[in-house]
Amino acid sequence: MVLALVLVILAVGSVIFHIWTPWYSTPIASNWGSIDFAIDITFWITGVAYVIILVFMAWCIYKYRYRPDRRADYEPENHRLEWWLTGITSVGVIGLLTPGLLAWNDFVTVPKDALQYEVVGKQWGWNFRLPGKDGKLGTTKIKFISDDNPFGINPKDPNGKDDVLIEDDDLHLPLGVPIKMNLRSLDVLHNFYVPQFRAKMDLVPGMITFFWLEPTRTGTFDILCAELCGLGHHAMRGTVVVDDKTAFNKWLQQQETFATLYPKAAAGDTQLADNIKGPEKTKTVLSSREISSKKLVH
Amino acid sequence: MSILNELIKKPWLADPSQIEGPQASQSSFMPNRKLGLRVFLVVVTVIFSLSIIAYGDRMLFANWKPMPETWVLWLNTGILITSGIAMQWAKINTIRDNIVGVRDGLVFGGVLTIAFLIGQLYAWEQMVGLGYYANLNTANAFFYMLTGLHGIHMLGGLVAWARSMLKLRKISQLDGSIADVRLSVELCTTYWHYLLLIWLVMFTLLLLS
Amino acid sequence: MSNGAIEDTQVIPAAEIEEVELYHAHSFITKWVFSQDAKIIAIQYSTTAILIGLVGLVLSWLMRLQLGYPDTFSFIDPESYLQYVTMHGMIMVVYLLTALFLGGFGNYLIPLMVGARDMVFPYLNMLSFWTYLLATLILTASFFVPGGATGAGWTLYPPQAISEGTPGINGGIILMLVSLTFFIIGFTMGGLNYVVTVLQARTRGMSLMRMPLTVWGIFVATILALLAFPALLVASIMMTFDKLLGTSFFMPEMLIQGEIGPNENGSPLLFQHLFWFFGHPEVYIVALPAFGVVSDIISTHARKNIFGYRMMVWAIVGIGGLSFIVWAHHMYVSGMNPYFGFFFATTTLIIAVPTALKLYNWVFTLYKGNIHLTIPMLFCVAFILTFLNGGITGLFLGNVVVDIPLSDTMFVVAHFHMVMGIAPVLVIFAAIYHWFPLMSGRFLNEFWGQVHFWVTFLGSYLVYFPMHYLGFVGVPRRYYEIGETSFVPESAATLNEFITIMVLIVGVAQIIFIINIIMSIFNGKLAGKNPWKATTLEWQTETTPPGHGNFGKELPICYRWAYEYSPPGVKTDFVPQNLAPDKIK
Repeated sequence: MVLALVLVILAVGSVIFHIWTPWYSTPIASNWGSIDFAIDITFWITGVAYVIILVFMAWCIYKYRYRPDRRADYEPENHRLEWWLTGITSVGVIGLLTPGLLAWNDFVTVPKDALQYEVVGKQWGWNFRLPGKDGKLGTTKIKFISDDNPFGINPKDPNGKDDVLIEDDDLHLPLGVPIKMNLRSLDVLHNFYVPQFRAKMDLVPGMITFFWLEPTRTGTFDILCAELCGLGHHAMRGTVVVDDKTAFNKWLQQQETFATLYPKAAAGDTQLADNIKGPEKTKTVLSSREISSKKLVH
Repeated sequence: MSILNELIKKPWLADPSQIEGPQASQSSFMPNRKLGLRVFLVVVTVIFSLSIIAYGDRMLFANWKPMPETWVLWLNTGILITSGIAMQWAKINTIRDNIVGVRDGLVFGGVLTIAFLIGQLYAWEQMVGLGYYANLNTANAFFYMLTGLHGIHMLGGLVAWARSMLKLRKISQLDGSIADVRLSVELCTTYWHYLLLIWLVMFTLLLLS
Repeated sequence: MSNGAIEDTQVIPAAEIEEVELYHAHSFITKWVFSQDAKIIAIQYSTTAILIGLVGLVLSWLMRLQLGYPDTFSFIDPESYLQYVTMHGMIMVVYLLTALFLGGFGNYLIPLMVGARDMVFPYLNMLSFWTYLLATLILTASFFVPGGATGAGWTLYPPQAISEGTPGINGGIILMLVSLTFFIIGFTMGGLNYVVTVLQARTRGMSLMRMPLTVWGIFVATILALLAFPALLVASIMMTFDKLLGTSFFMPEMLIQGEIGPNENGSPLLFQHLFWFFGHPEVYIVALPAFGVVSDIISTHARKNIFGYRMMVWAIVGIGGLSFIVWAHHMYVSGMNPYFGFFFATTTLIIAVPTALKLYNWVFTLYKGNIHLTIPMLFCVAFILTFLNGGITGLFLGNVVVDIPLSDTMFVVAHFHMVMGIAPVLVIFAAIYHWFPLMSGRFLNEFWGQVHFWVTFLGSYLVYFPMHYLGFVGVPRRYYEIGETSFVPESAATLNEFITIMVLIVGVAQIIFIINIIMSIFNGKLAGKNPWKATTLEWQTETTPPGHGNFGKELPICYRWAYEYSPPGVKTDFVPQNLAPDKIK
């Protein structure tokens, strides 16, 4: 009796909580309304199922509570009922999956005209790189990194010379333009997450990951790291400001490029580039003998 | 009876056929230990398959520098094959009730396996000597990992082998029946053949890449 | 790894094993310490699992204290916080739930339920427990090495798990990997036992389809574990190489404290694939035994046969199979090829169908039953609710695009605690209240059982239901503190405080439960034989608790399925599996 009542209260209470919750998604600031739509659909379908199942179970518990004079039914299975339930569930699942996969198709299809921006993550902060007039980002490698080239831009790549480097945690994005965010980590895994954009993706050292978005309203938003990256994980913050065209261009013009900030490295000072090498390989248990490895490798 | 047939039965219907016969309900007529070994070999297969998949995945990355061939590995392969033959010899002799043959086969097989393991250690030694350190290239790292993993499985096999040897000694001292050791020898042989197979697959992989 | 399968036992079908041929304990040590009796091993496994689980529980309190009251406890810094997070997760998932369901319930119930005298390889079974104990001790030791336990999260993702900036990257992570390796070796020894016992040692008449669903659940879960744990083993070995030998399996070119590191071309994603190839089946390794146990308890206490037994078996097998092709739904935001998302979202949502069917069948077992609202039944109903809730949020996270905003937020934390934290734990409680009379001959105290149930059930719902909404707001998981943001409302701090208080209250209820167990062993109400009037064989033993060899001189003969409750034309409302047809009234 009490249990049945509690089940109903929990079912209805959960729905009421959902409707009046003070904690819910932030107002969206990107084109990913389709994600919010998929969430809403999921809430509807699963919410209805949740309430129906719980109320039915509560009713069963109340109606068929133990009485000495009653005997339970004997019904090993009921194929018709089971097929119906399978069918209804499958329809529900298809209803969830279809909008989901359609939205995912958009998510993985980057528009051809998208701007190429780069997010650089490192323990525990963010840097950014925007292409210059050529619209292309220069290639990078970890081994190019030095005090003179903190982004590790290939000094021999002409595309990299005019790249705009943003060496603090402040990124500006233009309103209403599709942007491909190329994500690159200099050390461990990170995750670029702006709640209002809905999208997020890991930064994986050794590869360049991406997602794309189109900012749909101006404002200042927090960047968080969403992949545990060590002691400073919770403090790895940044800000992204969505500007209208004029404000954005004004901001962009104040930023410095690779060539102006690090003329030495950007000039393709080969001597500099050649000198940058990783530290000597450390010897380990399996490497007890002194021998030059280079000669023997073919 | 196939398992699928079993799974569509309606168990609430009376079916007296299921309690006929004096025996327990067994799903296979294999001895328990034999079935246990089969299941274990499945687990071993998964371990090595995943290692090989990881190997294949990492091979696709740049700067994969394969290790050189060495005659030691060819020799070791030969030794392992011979030890498999010896184990097979022991197994055949358990059926022929020839206790001397069983003993010879087991002793030979075991000694050759130990020789194989020493040979593998020597191959490591040689590779390290040539400067193929584990940390220099992932191909090297995989070589040490895969051979090490295989060697540990071989060592585990030697534990079972030692137990069979003890049993065999008991039989010859107490004049017991050779049937007591038949299953142990058979299972050892299966395990040996299986690890030989895994070694051949791995060796081919190391040669090809 | 020793060649575990080769072990001394006679090749005689179980039904013919004479009492005299069983392993006999001759001294206190062989009877209670190095015991080869599955029932004793089960108790050893359960006790160890619950003790280490209590450590995990205390860690969760510490974590919640920090989240509920940031800047209050000076002894919790980011380093120790991450260690709590990591060790709590690993302990609960592997060392508590897996060990308790398979090593504990599996050992106790499989031989009794299928009508065997013991496991088929008792010696191996004993080794299994001792290896597990060793693994647990190594894990515990990692708290005390310099640098402390690892703080890489229970997923142990490289490169951070073994590079500067993460707590416990020396002794901590190495001991964790070594401990996992021992756990897997120990589990494999036990797992061979469970599988072969179910396949080979069933009593006469106990066909596969006459087995109780508990046995089905544990059986399939064991197969999953045997196939899934090797992935973790391989990943552990490779990471140990990376850590100790400086290899580059998983370690890419990267900066280590601002300096260019020595590694080249390692693949962090390869680790994630290996980890989740183990990690997702792991969810079902915990869930399937829980499914089985719930089915049996509901059926017994509702006095009605389980609805759709065959569908339940097929669903267990089907879910087990599917669980191997859904792993990458944990990696939607990992940077893997995004086109994988289509495949894994589809398989993940397909697995929802058999899972939902199981849930319907539990509810339809209640329908037209004659329901005794005993404590085990209460816990089962609570399980259905929490499992339904957690399953539904699983539909959010499995559907790739919906996962993108929610992944790595508190929504995920709430989801998996609901579905594989609270739900299986409620089943464990149901099972303990249900089988305690068999193991000890006494009931647990009813009043304290009610207190325990209501506080645990309502408390944990109040903890985890609102937590989902923090995820919608965008609060990431594994955060030492959320600090200042522009989007998290102030009220979220109040919610965090509330959750922390509820966690502590629920924690106190668990202490009541443990005291209840200890008191009831000595003072509980006597239960007598088969107090729940159950049909399954474990209740039909000659003595309660069952003695050495489980059954009397002769093994029981199984005449029917495990769910003969309230059959028409029979006076009693249950017919035990071993009651000869001519004796039915």
